[in-house]
Amino acid sequence: MMSEQAISDETTVDLEAEFQASNIQEVLDKLDRELIGLKPVKTRIREIAALLLVDRLRKQFALTSETPSLHMCFTGNPGTGKTTVALRMAEILKRLGYVREGHLISVTRDDLVGQYIGHTAPKTKEVVKKAMGGVLFIDEAYYLYKPENERDYGQESIEILLQVMENNRDDLVVILAGYQNRMNQFFQSNPGMRSRIAHHVDFPDYGTDELLAIAKLMLAAQNYRFSAEAEKAFAEYIPLRMKLGHFANARSVRNALDRARLRQANRLFGSRNKNLRKIDLMTLEAEDIRASRVFQEGALDLDGDETVK
Amino acid sequence: MMTNPNGIVTQGQFSFLPPLTDEQITKQIKYALSKGWAISVEYTDDPHPRNTYWEMFGAPMFDLKDPAGILMEINNCRKTFPNHYIRVMAFSSVYGVESPTMSYIVNRPKNEPGFGLVRQETDGRNIRYTIHSYATDKPEGERY
Repeated sequence: MMSEQAISDETTVDLEAEFQASNIQEVLDKLDRELIGLKPVKTRIREIAALLLVDRLRKQFALTSETPSLHMCFTGNPGTGKTTVALRMAEILKRLGYVREGHLISVTRDDLVGQYIGHTAPKTKEVVKKAMGGVLFIDEAYYLYKPENERDYGQESIEILLQVMENNRDDLVVILAGYQNRMNQFFQSNPGMRSRIAHHVDFPDYGTDELLAIAKLMLAAQNYRFSAEAEKAFAEYIPLRMKLGHFANARSVRNALDRARLRQANRLFGSRNKNLRKIDLMTLEAEDIRASRVFQEGALDLDGDETVK
Repeated sequence: MMTNPNGIVTQGQFSFLPPLTDEQITKQIKYALSKGWAISVEYTDDPHPRNTYWEMFGAPMFDLKDPAGILMEINNCRKTFPNHYIRVMAFSSVYGVESPTMSYIVNRPKNEPGFGLVRQETDGRNIRYTIHSYATDKPEGERY
């Protein structure tokens, strides 16, 4: 109390010093390094960081304001990084001092909605209690509401969530995620939910350059690398794959890389009379990429597997 | 039984101290969570010292990270049973069974009439003693 009174209206505070002390730059840099693209997402995180920082300074002048609501909704096509960012978000909010523990509880409809009358409320509350002090991430949130069945228990779960989002704003952050159009439908049927979520962040699709950068990042994380030829081949592969159906952005890239790894292993196995160096074990060659069915026939199998048999 | 200076039931931890504030309760819960213990909230209107099994207010809470959720349950219980005894218990599972490690009262009735000593004369001039809570003269739910 004393320090609040000691600061007069004329005193200045050092935003820069506060910024340095909070390690926020480190968090933002890491985000830039590890997540390719996603401009709108990064901008929003920067804004939130700034708001929380300014809030902290305002507190020194005893300018009280309500805790800002940080409930979020992530929409976007498959494989655009919604889950990855949510995982990161818990850590970021912890660094910013907004949540106390910074853990993430990831749930889907099954974890929230019960199977008989009276089962849903305790189930949802249990999940909410576990998430307190951290982030509650509800994946495919639109499944909570099933309009075709009026006796569905999902509505009960939504009502409890709404109540918690309003009353326990200091205790947890709720992040909903789902595909854009289905989330829009969900919000149309639950306007209360829409208005309680302050941040609607849309995840854009990745461009070809971004997907290539993501591929390289994924490989580096697993101690693999492209040869120069392979990188060129993969750059050609991406637009071809994008034209085909069921393209899921970064997830498709990961699957393609997994298959390339299989083919690399097979290639190495086929030439086993040769002595292999470390670099051979690490490198994906152009032929590993070009053996894909996408190149050979311009088509996927029904199950999305594109390896030539 | 009521010879303690505060004239209140003394069971479990901290019961000779003034009532715990929410802040203090939060710290105790935090300690229990840091040990990985499960925590439950229980209530009763029969404070007899041998009444060890109180009613559970909801299921015990496992795998929580933050005290806020438990404090929320405590407050719910206080709202539902403002004039009952409410205690918070912590359980450790390291022995293979959930064994109580902490137990403290977080809510008590406004009036605690205390206990009487009942003397029963038996064979010869023997006397058997029973502790009897005045509150339990009334039926369950109307005691406080």
